[in-house]
Amino acid sequence: MKQVYDFTIPANRPWSGLVRAGQVLRIIDMEGQQAVDTLFYAAADTSERYSAQDTIAAQGAPYVSTGTELVANTGRVMATVVADSCGRHDTSAGACSCEANTVRFGHHTRYMHACRENFILEVGRHGMTKRDVVPNINFFMNVPIEPDGKLAIVDGVSAPGDHVDIRAEMDILCVISNCPQVNNPCNGFNPTPVRVTIFQPEAA
Amino acid sequence: MSAQDTKAAIEELRRRYEQLKAAGDNMAPRALPPLTAPGAGLPKAADILHREIIPGGWYWTAHLKRGQGLTLINTDATPGVSLFCWNAADTSERYNSADTVKVQWTAEIRRGRVLFSDMGRIMFSLVEDSCGAHDTIVGGSTPQSNQRRYGDAALRSTRENLLLAAGKHGLGVRDLAPVITFFAPVSVGAEGKLGWRDGVVKPGDMVGLRAELDLIVALSNCPHPLAPGGSFAPRPVEVLIHTLPEAAADDACRTASAEAVRGFENNALYLRG
Repeated sequence: MKQVYDFTIPANRPWSGLVRAGQVLRIIDMEGQQAVDTLFYAAADTSERYSAQDTIAAQGAPYVSTGTELVANTGRVMATVVADSCGRHDTSAGACSCEANTVRFGHHTRYMHACRENFILEVGRHGMTKRDVVPNINFFMNVPIEPDGKLAIVDGVSAPGDHVDIRAEMDILCVISNCPQVNNPCNGFNPTPVRVTIFQPEAA
Repeated sequence: MSAQDTKAAIEELRRRYEQLKAAGDNMAPRALPPLTAPGAGLPKAADILHREIIPGGWYWTAHLKRGQGLTLINTDATPGVSLFCWNAADTSERYNSADTVKVQWTAEIRRGRVLFSDMGRIMFSLVEDSCGAHDTIVGGSTPQSNQRRYGDAALRSTRENLLLAAGKHGLGVRDLAPVITFFAPVSVGAEGKLGWRDGVVKPGDMVGLRAELDLIVALSNCPHPLAPGGSFAPRPVEVLIHTLPEAAADDACRTASAEAVRGFENNALYLRG
């Protein structure tokens, strides 16, 4: 595999990039315990986008890890998680927002930067709006669902240098918010940079 | 910031979070009302504004005014009725599955809980519920799930039903997102494997919802993708739109948790205009 792209997303910031079919996107949690809120759109038609519920229904399990096929709202497989040094990622709890923060943590948290602010800005660069922001994957975020349904966002399980590799099965636009949340443990209360690299398979 | 200052800041944020989580864990289960008794919780005949039978496999959509009730009666214990909704005044505001479970610290949405929009506001309160087993995680059926379950992608599905329902309001695929499915007792095993609890949904089970904003609501009456049984046999459900008494200050849904209280504060701010 030949590396064709390398970028470090600063703490709290958004990113987007095109990953071509067959290429592998690697997300590296450089310092550990950093949630990476991630959405995928089909590059050819962004109305086809990542669907958490299609992904969960298809694999019969609610967490994302090696082997998980990331399924679109059309039922097509957009990408596959092909490597994961961390073990478990959430796709039920979605992204933080200024508005949800007021409900979760108190009205005094309204004016704190949030993932859905990042998403709106970043999808806006591709002609999309808040309508296009759907519940996402939280790489390196651990949200266990207990048998009684209870769930909590617990400390990030990722260590410095942990990574996931996601192979694109179609040309996809990947949109990331490097999560700025400091009101819960998803970032160890200390948001840090993450690195994205894209690998191109060698010609056969 | 020095390393020591960073550590102190982290510890302070952690302490505040632990307090909030403890409040959520301790308060909510105590405050939730019991499930509605069989045969109870239905509107009086004089309060019913509209009554409709949704045939098995079909969808239904309507406008609801804030304060109106929407009651679903699962006469024949069909395994799953999916719901999605939008703010009628601004359809970019819509049901948000992730916020609904995250904000209330639970995926188990039952009587006494509320459904959140993506804007930190409450769209529906679950004021009556004889079943207590509803799915917020897996969603509804799709052509692919029908292919997997029944070997036929052309059967009616919640994905296509909701696209049709959205279409009747000038909305489209960009306006849809994960749904909630009532009467769907999905279980999550310790290892994260999803299952279905047989025998939980009883004939005559009902849920009663109160609209907390002016809404467009869409229902899809298709079996949940994890529902048992080898043949596609959805059964009809009855839906009622009706008036409800004004919610009291100590209303169970409005006071079930600190998060619900703050959500309704956001509704009040919005409705002030």
